[in-house]
Amino acid sequence: MERLINFIYEYRAFLTFLLLELSCGWLVVENNQYQSTKYFNSSNRLAANILGFSQGVREYFSLRTINEELAEENAELRTDLEKMRQVSDNYNPVAKDSAKADQYEYVSAKVIANSTNLYKNFITINRGSADGILPGMAAISNDGAVGKVKSVSENYSVLISLLNVDEQISCVIKRTNHFGSVRWDGLHMRYSNLLFIPRHATPIVGDSVITSGYNSVFPEGILVGIISQASLKEEANFWDIKIELSQDFGRLSFVEVIKSRLKSEKDSLEHITIGEPK
Amino acid sequence: MSRSGIVQFILFFVYVLLQVLLLRNLVLFNSAFCFLYIAFILLLPIEWSSLVLMVIGFILGFTIDIFYDSMGLHAMATVLVAYLRNYWMATITPQGGYDSGSSATIASNGLQWFIVYTLPLVFLHHLVLFFVEASGFALFWYTMLKIVASLLFTMTIIILLQYLSPQGRRL
Repeated sequence: MERLINFIYEYRAFLTFLLLELSCGWLVVENNQYQSTKYFNSSNRLAANILGFSQGVREYFSLRTINEELAEENAELRTDLEKMRQVSDNYNPVAKDSAKADQYEYVSAKVIANSTNLYKNFITINRGSADGILPGMAAISNDGAVGKVKSVSENYSVLISLLNVDEQISCVIKRTNHFGSVRWDGLHMRYSNLLFIPRHATPIVGDSVITSGYNSVFPEGILVGIISQASLKEEANFWDIKIELSQDFGRLSFVEVIKSRLKSEKDSLEHITIGEPK
Repeated sequence: MSRSGIVQFILFFVYVLLQVLLLRNLVLFNSAFCFLYIAFILLLPIEWSSLVLMVIGFILGFTIDIFYDSMGLHAMATVLVAYLRNYWMATITPQGGYDSGSSATIASNGLQWFIVYTLPLVFLHHLVLFFVEASGFALFWYTMLKIVASLLFTMTIIILLQYLSPQGRRL
């Protein structure tokens, strides 16, 4: 017993080192698993406040661009609204299913921290569980898909950006309706990859890639990017497709988080028929 | 707490705030990061034991992780540097040994010694940091590029701060 204690005492530095590194390793692995409501990330109040301060200073320098973008979006929405009104006046459709009509609700949020240069990038926004945000919800911007909510505190949330090598979203090529997954390769912040498009498909440069709506996180038809390069290796089963992301993550300032009212219903139905989600 | 302890305690927050508010937003050419906070561990008084260094390293890394949303990543790299620091320092003891109570600065040991001391440790820190983040060697050369670019950036800032700070002291 005494020898054991002596041994531990003699190697105390190395043993502490081992213990600390193992707990760090455990934290890293744990954090890679998807979705959580953990406290130790930038959604905790103090960290978010400090990051918000830094973002606030930067924002002064981009106020003009943000303003212009918002004005443009406003104009676009107004045009769409007017179009809709015209159509519905002339057409007067049969009573719609009200459950479907307002299936999605949007919560607007400001980006208070964002990174684009790491392999695993996250975005911190200034809305949290107090505004009804839950892990797993989707976030979009004026330009297209942005990411999924990873963790939530009362007033802040952390999103997994599309620029995160762990993030994968289900997409379709709009023109041909072939579906695959968009996953970032960690290299360039403007480009991502579209995987699993089968050999017989015919993607061409310039095709739009939109969300498929299959996993009910993103609504169907949100723009993700435009195909900028497509090649097919001999004997490969899938195309190598590069897409240019429609959202420039370098200048992200506002996002909208999408609350899907029917998500739980759809998930539980799939759970019954298909089984546990993987 | 001794005087030096209090100074270190304040410096801890200075380094964290500098890293989080300023350097977090400062990335050159999309690949050169500046992880200046590691200098805090490297510049702690010479006679502090590895045990203390590791605990401080863990707290420092963990604090940085909170802001980078990277649970455990920075803590892992920082603890490694904190553990190895004293062994490395003993290996490269200058002739006549270290003066008691001095810290590992350019002012007390010279530029050449300082580079020999910091460069390998900062390199190791970046190596662990970027490869663990990439979770593997799939992007080996791109990750190496990031490591070397960040190493140059971080080292430049560390050395610059050595010359800028009063009496060549730390920060």
